[in-house]
Amino acid sequence: MQDVAAELAGVTQRYGQHVALRDVSLTLRRGEVVALLGPNGAGKTTAVKLLLGLLQPTTGVAKVFGASPKIAQTRMRMGAMLQVSKVPDTVKAREYIDLFRSYYPKPMSYEEIVQRAGLKGIENKLLGSLSGGQRQRVLFGLAMCGDPDLIFLDEPTLGMDIEARHAVWAEVRRMRDAGKTVLLTTHYLEEADSLADRIVVIRTGEIVAEGTPREIKGNVAGRKIKCMTRLSVAELKRWPTVTEAAMHDAVTVVTTLAAEDVLRRMLAEDAGLSGLEVSSPALEDAFLALTAEKEVL
Amino acid sequence: MASAATIFGMETKVEFLRLARAKSFSLATIGFPVMFYLLFGIVNSHGAGGEQVARYLLATYTVFGLVGCSLFGISVTLASERTLGWLELKQASPMPAWAYLCAKLLTAMAFALIIFAILLTLGRTMGGVVLTGTQVFHMALAVLGGVVPFASLGLLLAMIIPPNSATGVVNLIYLPMSFLSGLWMPLKNLPTGLQKLAPMWPTYHLARVELVAAGSPLKNYGGLPGSDSILMHWIWLAAFSVVTLALAAVIFRRNAAKV
Repeated sequence: MQDVAAELAGVTQRYGQHVALRDVSLTLRRGEVVALLGPNGAGKTTAVKLLLGLLQPTTGVAKVFGASPKIAQTRMRMGAMLQVSKVPDTVKAREYIDLFRSYYPKPMSYEEIVQRAGLKGIENKLLGSLSGGQRQRVLFGLAMCGDPDLIFLDEPTLGMDIEARHAVWAEVRRMRDAGKTVLLTTHYLEEADSLADRIVVIRTGEIVAEGTPREIKGNVAGRKIKCMTRLSVAELKRWPTVTEAAMHDAVTVVTTLAAEDVLRRMLAEDAGLSGLEVSSPALEDAFLALTAEKEVL
Repeated sequence: MASAATIFGMETKVEFLRLARAKSFSLATIGFPVMFYLLFGIVNSHGAGGEQVARYLLATYTVFGLVGCSLFGISVTLASERTLGWLELKQASPMPAWAYLCAKLLTAMAFALIIFAILLTLGRTMGGVVLTGTQVFHMALAVLGGVVPFASLGLLLAMIIPPNSATGVVNLIYLPMSFLSGLWMPLKNLPTGLQKLAPMWPTYHLARVELVAAGSPLKNYGGLPGSDSILMHWIWLAAFSVVTLALAAVIFRRNAAKV
């Protein structure tokens, strides 16, 4: 298909006895940002490595732009930012950018990479003298060198300050607007929520949910009312549409499918109710619910 | 089109600068052979037969130096790149694998030539060593060819040793092997049993090649008679390179399938 950038089709990945991915099928369409979410060891990095051609699937197929990700022509169209725990210390950012640019037939210009990755001022410093966040920015710059059509970002904003993180987000949005495909793995749910067109949740090697951020959040029904009230938890639990009520540190939290109705009745019955907050379920709640162990579910 | 020559040149330049700036590498691999040569070769060169000592040790410390920069330059850098994610990032890029490996090999050759040039200058100016142009040329060729088997060994070590103990493990191989091959003092001063074992070390074969190139009589060296054919030493070193490279490739594939 024309609009498929990359896909895993029925991929199972075993390492000896351990099954890292179990019959996973995943399609990345052109021009979309997909976030891969899951706890540590769920198989996110394995999925990225399969799509990069760094691993050969035990069974199933990994394809990028209709071809094997291992061949040079495919690699020319991909860029990757992987988790590197140690970069060579005695090389300058400028030297690595020039080196990576030399791999590609039509690299992005040096000035553009420096500007987009926010490397002004640190270009001529040795990597060993940079902070963790600055090194992440250099790696982000290296991923852009080939001006790739498909870019993999494995935990891209780890260790970055808020300003740098927002700069990366702006860059990811620009890539999508330019028709590029981005696969993002992240622990920052806020990052997935604000960037991704689609979220794929993975747990112990299997895809457990897939959809827009809104759809994923919809998996956790209802809204939360937080307040200080003299109404007892036991009583609130008996009210219609209330699915959960609890009290922590004098704050009562009520989960309900009809927040307005419950709130009206609470205000009517307790004139002294204070400290009111109403919130929609966060992606984090959906994520925790989806990735919780089966016994808990 | 990104030209292969450009990639190759850039890759080698970055690798060389990286090691040259890493003082723990450049000071140790250049500093030790130079210091030893000054202490044992130059200081002892003024008595009777002193020129012979300076000539002998010029050849053997050249070997000592090139083995050091080949082993450390390749195994220590590669062991950490392989296990800490950097190699994977490069493999995910369109970088040709040969460019990566050749850059490391050429960098080791460059350091080996630098060490040889310094020792040669010291030997000629302070040690009274007289060499013809042809002898210098043959020594330099042996330096370039000699890097290959030790670079291969460095590659193999990088596949099996964990990065944080790489320096220690390499030293445990490098230093005893140098001693047992007569790089610090002639083999004839060692016990006969150790002399008989010497041909199992690659350093023994390269030392003999380098000594012959330097015009140092092999009777000063000791060791086994009858194995003085330069060709046979090169064949031994070539076979050693092939075996270590093949082993490194097998282990690399096995690791890649496991991670």
